[in-house]
Amino acid sequence: MFATALIVFRETLEAALFIGIIAASTRGLFRRTHWLSIGVIAGCFGAVGVALTIERISTLGEGLGQDFLNIGIISIALLMLTWHCVWVSTHSQETIQTAKKLANTAKNGLSSLWALSIAVALAVLREGAEIVVFISGFTSGSAQSVATMLIGVVIGLLCGVVCGLLIYAGLSKIRTQHFFAVTNVWVLIMAGALAAHLAKALTQSGLVQRWADPLWDTSSILSIDSPLGTLFRALLGYDASPSGLQVLFYMGTIIFISCAAQQVKRLAQKS
Amino acid sequence: MLARTLLIVTLGLFGMSSLLAAEFEKLLIIKNHRFEPAEIKVPANQRIKLVVHNQDSTPEEFDSPKLSREKLVPANSKITIFIGPLKPGRYEFLGEYNVKTATGVVIAE
Repeated sequence: MFATALIVFRETLEAALFIGIIAASTRGLFRRTHWLSIGVIAGCFGAVGVALTIERISTLGEGLGQDFLNIGIISIALLMLTWHCVWVSTHSQETIQTAKKLANTAKNGLSSLWALSIAVALAVLREGAEIVVFISGFTSGSAQSVATMLIGVVIGLLCGVVCGLLIYAGLSKIRTQHFFAVTNVWVLIMAGALAAHLAKALTQSGLVQRWADPLWDTSSILSIDSPLGTLFRALLGYDASPSGLQVLFYMGTIIFISCAAQQVKRLAQKS
Repeated sequence: MLARTLLIVTLGLFGMSSLLAAEFEKLLIIKNHRFEPAEIKVPANQRIKLVVHNQDSTPEEFDSPKLSREKLVPANSKITIFIGPLKPGRYEFLGEYNVKTATGVVIAE
């Protein structure tokens, strides 16, 4: 039961923290909960869909189907986060002023919540599919063992969700004048982390072979398997021995989005 | 137009993966929640195509922080993982769903 809970918790944690940060960064936006909930529900359905067809997906492309799917999912999620970050930069005045005004901009169709909804759905899909595959694979035992396992699944899920709620509550405590500065930077970091995942997926699939060597190794200081390492991985995209490509993607994405946001903001101010 | 571009890109991806198939290849079998062989010797500084064949009726997740690889291996399925080029050394891996029995190591030399 404990082992099951741990596996489910690990998979849930990443998605839950991601949703917690996204939910905090969009606090006060009109129909935010509605959009994010749609994302979570769609992600759950997607996860079941992927899990049901995982055998077929896996054998595609000479055993690389999963990697191709992963690359597609991460790329779209990254695109959505990029879009949101750029959108937010042009609306920072409103975001800082009042939630009410934000409600108006959202009503006018200027919100990037749809993009975040897709990003959330894909995060849930990615982590959820693994949970569903895991559960469905091990429910063939006796009724008692299945019941014990399901208790483990529920505990793992709940612990993950609690972590998501904790980060949300923690972020919500930040004083209003700094709030969006912090949450927006964090969303930017999440985009960098996603890009690093993309780099890893590209290397794993064999599609990109360059800069695959680890640049450094901090596993003796903070192992990726340790609880703290897992947390850092989910919150900041930490990797104990990242490849050159991962570092390039991580930094490149953060720089690219920051520059694009600045540029768009300048254009918006001119017009 | 979009559909055609997508088709070309997809074909390109599959084409590239089949081109890569000519590299050093090793077969790793999962049976009774154990890896066979549990020790894989591979040449250092060379890319290796690791074909993982899960013969169990339960799924497994190939996981190795040291190799920086993580991939589901569904029941009764074969998947491919590219690893390396590796520096000489030991690279442990495990099956995340059966950590007590499913352990192994890649030895690059």
